Formats: sequence, structure tokens, C-alpha cells
Amino acid sequence: MALSGTTSPTIRVRLFARYAELLGAEVIDLPSAGMTTAGDVLAHIRALPGGAGLGESTLMAVNLKQAALDSRVAPGDEVAVLPPLAGG
Amino acid sequence: MGFLTTESIRLEPLIAQVAAPDRGGVATFLGLVRNHHGGRAVTGLAYSAYEPMAESVCRELIAETESMWPVRAALSHRLGRLDIGEAAVAIAVAGRHRDEAFAACRHLIEQLKRRVPIWKRETYADGTAAWVDPTREQSVATGDERTGMAPW
Repeated sequence: MALSGTTSPTIRVRLFARYAELLGAEVIDLPSAGMTTAGDVLAHIRALPGGAGLGESTLMAVNLKQAALDSRVAPGDEVAVLPPLAGG
Repeated sequence: MGFLTTESIRLEPLIAQVAAPDRGGVATFLGLVRNHHGGRAVTGLAYSAYEPMAESVCRELIAETESMWPVRAALSHRLGRLDIGEAAVAIAVAGRHRDEAFAACRHLIEQLKRRVPIWKRETYADGTAAWVDPTREQSVATGDERTGMAPW
């Protein structure tokens, strides 16, 4: 799903575990135009095929830090959509 | 040193990392793969992680724990496929006395479960597999391996 061959600024979205299976991808590069918060990114992902299966209280991370939905995002950021954690 | 590993994990190296002549209390926790979950027979599991974030959060948890109690703490978490009875997570905490060692060890495992981005896919005796969702206290069935994606 990477937008190869384009120079438009993107946000790299990383998906894991069940969410990667639902979306059929572990990495999606989204055009960053119009996306100012982590919640904006999540809304785009939910609108993709398979995205409706994401949980309501999905955790997000921006550049490796857990982030609230109103956290700001910028071109070049790595935004992660985290399924319920199950370590330990 | 990394906190995540695909190799077998043992307590002894962690204890060696935290032990010191002035620390008389060492508390440890070892989490093993269970052969049952939610009433189903589990035959094995695979852990996957958002590795750079998981390493970063583990480092934060160690620093946080060592700032809350006068202890030294160490942990390892396994990734990849594990069989029943294998160690999934190991923690060692050393303090001057047992009280702070027990409290800090408990804090570490509870916070690890809440904050470290690691996921667990269980396989069951009937051949099915599912991602574990502790927020539902049950597994979310995802069917077979049809996506062909490795779980880590």
C-alpha cells in the first residue's frame, strides 16, 4: 500500500496483530494532507476495507509514544494503531 | 541490552544483573505458557511486538520502578513461538529488604501487561488460533492462517 513514486508528504501507519490481519497490511503510508491528529489517522484507517473491525477503544502511538486521539501528527511521523495489549 | 528476545529466557542472568552485597532481598516473577485459557485447551502461542516501542517502554518501566523504590530491576520478554511451560516473561528485583523487592516486582509485571505493546496469538487443541484480548477476557477468533502473514 506504500505510495511509491510520489513525493507528497505522508504519515506512516503501522498495524499489528489482529489489526494487521483485518486491514491486510502491516504498514500503510497515508497522504498527510488534512490529517492533524492521531484521531484523524484512526478515522482514515477505520474507513478502509477491514477497518470497521477495529476496537472502539483502540490505543494509538505517535513516534513510539502512546498518544491520545487529539495528539498532533505531522508529515513523516510514524503512527501506530495498537490492538489490546497481551504481553506478560 | 534488549528486553525482548526470541531465545529461551531464564531468571539467573537477571538476578545476576540486580544482585549486590547491600541488597538482601531478591523477588522474582516468572510467567509461563499455560495449557488452558477461557476453558479451551491451548497447545502453544506466539508473541509479537511493536519492537522499538516495546523496548522503549520496558526501559521506562525499569527507570520508573527504580525511582519508586530503592531497588534495581531487570526483565526479559520472549517473542515468537512458545510451547506450553516455556517462560514468556521473567523479572528480577533486588532491594535492601524484601518489602520493596516484592512491591517493585509486582508493579513491574502489572505495568508491563498494561503498557508494553506485545500481542499473543494462541493455538488450540482443535486446530484453531486466536489473538488474545484481555480487555474482553476472551479470545477474538480470527479463523485460520488465511492471510499468510507471520504473527511477528
